[in-house]
Amino acid sequence: MITLQNIEKVYRTSTIETLALTNINLHIGAGEFVSIMGPSGCGKSTLLNLIGLLDEPSAGHVEIGGQAVTTYRDKDLARLRNQKIGFIFQSFHLINDLSVLDNVEIPLLYRKGDETGSSRRQLAKEALEKVGLSNRIGHFPGQLSGGQKQRVAIARAIVGHPAIILADEPTGNLDSGMGNEIMNILQQLNADGSTIIMVTHDETMAKKTHRLVRLFDGSMVGDASLVMSGK
Amino acid sequence: MLTNALKIAWKVLLRHPFYTFITLFGISLTLTVLMVLTSFIDHVIGSHYPELKRDRSLYIDRLMMTDSAQSSMSSGPMSFKFLANYAKTLKTADRVTVFSTPKSSNAYIGSRKIKVNTKFTDADFWTVTDFDFLEGKPYNEQSIVNGDFVAVITDGFKHDYFSEDDKSVVGKTIEIENVRYKVIGVVRGTPITRYFTNADIYFPYTVPKSNYQSGGMRGNYSAILLAKSSGDMMAVQREFQERMSRIPKPGVEDGFKYAVLEVKSDSFKEYALNTIMAGNPGARVIFYGVITFILLMLLGLPTINLVNLNVSRMLERASEIGIRKAFGAPIRTLMWQFIVENIFITFIGGAIALVFTFVIIMLINTSGWIAYSDLTINVSVFVVSLLICLLFGLLSGVIPAVRMSKMNIVEVLKS
Repeated sequence: MITLQNIEKVYRTSTIETLALTNINLHIGAGEFVSIMGPSGCGKSTLLNLIGLLDEPSAGHVEIGGQAVTTYRDKDLARLRNQKIGFIFQSFHLINDLSVLDNVEIPLLYRKGDETGSSRRQLAKEALEKVGLSNRIGHFPGQLSGGQKQRVAIARAIVGHPAIILADEPTGNLDSGMGNEIMNILQQLNADGSTIIMVTHDETMAKKTHRLVRLFDGSMVGDASLVMSGK
Repeated sequence: MLTNALKIAWKVLLRHPFYTFITLFGISLTLTVLMVLTSFIDHVIGSHYPELKRDRSLYIDRLMMTDSAQSSMSSGPMSFKFLANYAKTLKTADRVTVFSTPKSSNAYIGSRKIKVNTKFTDADFWTVTDFDFLEGKPYNEQSIVNGDFVAVITDGFKHDYFSEDDKSVVGKTIEIENVRYKVIGVVRGTPITRYFTNADIYFPYTVPKSNYQSGGMRGNYSAILLAKSSGDMMAVQREFQERMSRIPKPGVEDGFKYAVLEVKSDSFKEYALNTIMAGNPGARVIFYGVITFILLMLLGLPTINLVNLNVSRMLERASEIGIRKAFGAPIRTLMWQFIVENIFITFIGGAIALVFTFVIIMLINTSGWIAYSDLTINVSVFVVSLLICLLFGLLSGVIPAVRMSKMNIVEVLKS
């Protein structure tokens, strides 16, 4: 499903060169639930951004669903992100001016197909129903709690039925109760067939996934299957 | 997609009311100035009452004689006889009217003096122009031949001269410069900006004091040549110029020997430009340059201001742009959205400007600042304004949109 080969990421300014990732080789199969852990600044989010095609590696190859994306142009990358990948961010990244329903609809707006406004709204409502927020469709992000915001973000990530969901510390801004709720939803999505890759600092949350990848100073220092999954 | 872009544009407007106010104020003020200006130019140059046939009219207003040494020039209106001989008899023209330049006269009501502008015209004046007769009718060829002491007056003069109770004044007499005339018609007045047709009272040219029998080339008359169609104007111009070239030179006049004689028959636009240029063709380039500069200032400065405001607003919305990109919005789609937003706000500004312009025009029309002024927002003015709005929206939207397209998703999401 996702293959990273000899990935290296260097951030350059006029005076400084920072090696964020080096020699990353990783294959993630369809339906896996992978957590990525490591200390702050070790390159977790950078790795997730490369998998999510939000950033380009300085060296190496990225394949998504068997397609080598290294040479893709912006238009092709945008299409691939739209069709195959859903994002969940630690700070939710909802657009405050848009209602919950409009926020969830965003990925569908950029999808080429025969979806009409009403079918888009229907899909968005279904996604919100899955995360238990069908009674908040007319609300605005500012009227929601942190947990509710993250559930809206999850609905937005899954509304286009992407095969891959990338979650960057999805429970990082939530209390443990809310965090567990979000984790339950992610587990359910994984059970329904989604491939999920989650960056986390929380060992307890990581233990609920199938596989744990550890990074340190930009290098992969561990890749282990977890016997006790959270299912 | 468009509905969504418009929905977002509306929400962006509501996000910062003060910023929105500043933006809309800038756009609407600039567009209002432009639209009032366009309306005024159209009022002066366009085909309006009572000169509705300007698209096929040629104006002869000035005869210019220059001496052989090019050191002296005599310029001004022509004599009635000159125009009757060389203009009235043109074969290619549909109609030709000869009329005097406005003459200031006094009318007395008891001891009260009214200053009036009078004009002596032929009978064709009433067919070449399109006056609205509120009462009575114009004088005809027979009245001219008879030298009837008749007059056509404007509603404004009627109001000033006669009492409020006089519903119809046709058949009544007026006394101008100690001569009594019978009123045979009342027309709706014209603004002073219609120099060729504006007057308070119109007389047949055969009444006293018209000087229509004066000899020589120079006098106090002008003419309008009406072509059969706008396509025929060139032919009329050619025939008139041909006649001018055959005129024997007047020889010595006022101590100068005039070797060059020039009489132009121009469309109203050309006539207006020539008047502004004072006959200097080189000045036209400077004139267009100044107009272009003013337009650039009027349009350019608010656009640059708007571009700056939009760039700041775009940076404020960086996170939103990042989210949309992350979820699959291609750069082109986002640029389109940004441009739609700018055109949307500009059109709102344009709509406000339309209302402002309408109010200002109504104020000018009703204030009496220009008597009988009839400034309008006509279709051409409205289309020009819409195009200006569109240009504004595009100019102020494209640059921020291009900058936005270069934003790195990860960086803007971090911000």
